[in-house]
Amino acid sequence: MGVTPLIEAEGLAIGHRGRAIATGIELRVGSGDVLAILGPNGAGKTTLFRTLMGLIPAQAGNVRLSGRDVAALSRIEIARAVALVPQSLHVPFAFTALDVVLMARTARLPAFARPSAADRDLARAALDRMGLGPLAGRPVTELSGGQRQMVLIARAIVQDTPLLVLDEPAASLDWGNRHRLMERLERLAAGGLGLILSTHEPAHAARLATRVMTLDAAGRTWTGPALVALQPERLARLYDLPLNGDTTS
Amino acid sequence: MTASLETDRNLLSRSSLSEAALFLLLGTALVAALLLGTVVGPYAIAPSEVLRLVGARLTGTAEPSTAATVLFNIRLPRVLAAALVGAALAGAGAAYQTIFRNPLVSPDILGVSAGAGFGAVLGILLSMPVIVIQLMGFAGGLATVAMVIGVAALLRGQAEVLVMVLTGIALGALASAGISVVKILADPDQQLPAITFWLLGSLAGVKPGDLTLAVLPVVAGLVPLIALAWRIGVMAMGEDEARALGVETGRLRLLVILCATLVTATAVAISGIIGWIGLMVPHMARFLVGARFDRLLPASLILGATFLVLVDTTARSVATMEVPLGVLTALIGAPVFVWLLARGRREWA
Repeated sequence: MGVTPLIEAEGLAIGHRGRAIATGIELRVGSGDVLAILGPNGAGKTTLFRTLMGLIPAQAGNVRLSGRDVAALSRIEIARAVALVPQSLHVPFAFTALDVVLMARTARLPAFARPSAADRDLARAALDRMGLGPLAGRPVTELSGGQRQMVLIARAIVQDTPLLVLDEPAASLDWGNRHRLMERLERLAAGGLGLILSTHEPAHAARLATRVMTLDAAGRTWTGPALVALQPERLARLYDLPLNGDTTS
Repeated sequence: MTASLETDRNLLSRSSLSEAALFLLLGTALVAALLLGTVVGPYAIAPSEVLRLVGARLTGTAEPSTAATVLFNIRLPRVLAAALVGAALAGAGAAYQTIFRNPLVSPDILGVSAGAGFGAVLGILLSMPVIVIQLMGFAGGLATVAMVIGVAALLRGQAEVLVMVLTGIALGALASAGISVVKILADPDQQLPAITFWLLGSLAGVKPGDLTLAVLPVVAGLVPLIALAWRIGVMAMGEDEARALGVETGRLRLLVILCATLVTATAVAISGIIGWIGLMVPHMARFLVGARFDRLLPASLILGATFLVLVDTTARSVATMEVPLGVLTALIGAPVFVWLLARGRREWA
């Protein structure tokens, strides 16, 4: 393509303390690309995300954000390049939804500053767009799992990075919110953002993804177009189901 | 844009009060408490007299009088020490709670106070000068918090909140045992009474010189916490999230622990072990201004100062003999702790 991808992994091995759980991972996401990652529980999707974000070191190979090795970047540089939407929001204190979203501005603030009125406006606008405007002042400890998830997505958008990494963003959402989330993510990708998301719903991958990566329990990866990845035989093998079973429901 | 805030718990966003107005109110309460503390005592000084004497001292037109002697040599140092210690313990508590993501930690529960106490008591036993006692207190506090974090890291994956609190209690007990040994070794006429009274927490012995010695380390510890308050607050989101948001958590955590421990140990060195403030005051502050650390820290500092000035004033005026401060704070703190347990049990694993 000639354009430097937003994120690129080569010969990547992921794992903890010298024990690799998956090796030889190749991955490339550019502006407007959506990479969906499918795989059974425990296959290492979250470990992969943590490695991509530079939160844990790669066991082999490397990850480059816009051409620069993630291991050599500061946390602020990484936070300006890629935003993370974790699986869930757990915080022991009653931060308001607005407070949580405002934290996305941290990487843009001078070291000793606190968010400005302009930052507040950005955060409020993002909450409004996620349909959470009326809950901005509500402590997140009082919100439902789905609402917290939407707060995390609003935060990632306010972080204003070219790339979003979403760890099972739809897991705790009801049907209506899943629909809204998919629409929102489609629009973000259409607007030029790169997205990497893990999901347990092949239908989501089919709808959003330009590419699908599968990561099976043995640590083998495969990357290809969504249509091929989501063939029933492939899904059956990935999730270790009998071939004659109805695997696409 | 006009969000409904009806269920919001903290006072700041529930009322129409602005942040500045709320802090002005808190500041006024502190000034009122300071004034009350200087007025109350066996030698009565009227509030107007206090203001006049302070004004005269500041403009350099002071004339010697009994009131001036009582005010500047006895009462003001004591009241200011109470404010300093209260602010220090509450600020350190707010910082520890935020970076450990744990509403139940505080300098005393993490064992920092007992560790600092052991260091300082050892200093008293060895008849060291005040500055060395402070340094030994700091070393004791830092060693304890390092061990608590070390054990929690070793047992990673288990309920971290519980591990940290229990380790803190265990190490606190160990430090208390060390203190008991020091008490046995101490000279029963000179050192032992001083150690015993000091362990229960007291500001009775504070001299103007001690205050000057303590101000510098407390300010040195608090300034980085205030300057970096926003980033420190992000650490409440947890290690991975804070780093993903752009915070170098390793370095920042170390800095916060050093600062909070310096502040705690300095407070312990001048006032002895005063429990509960570091746990309780940050919760009172959260109730007023919410969880954001850039608001929580200044609110905790002001509230902590106000609280301890009032408690100390009570301690020296309710009875003919002085009530140890630790007794009074425990009387207020224990019920608050139980209330926290009852209210927060869903939120911690």
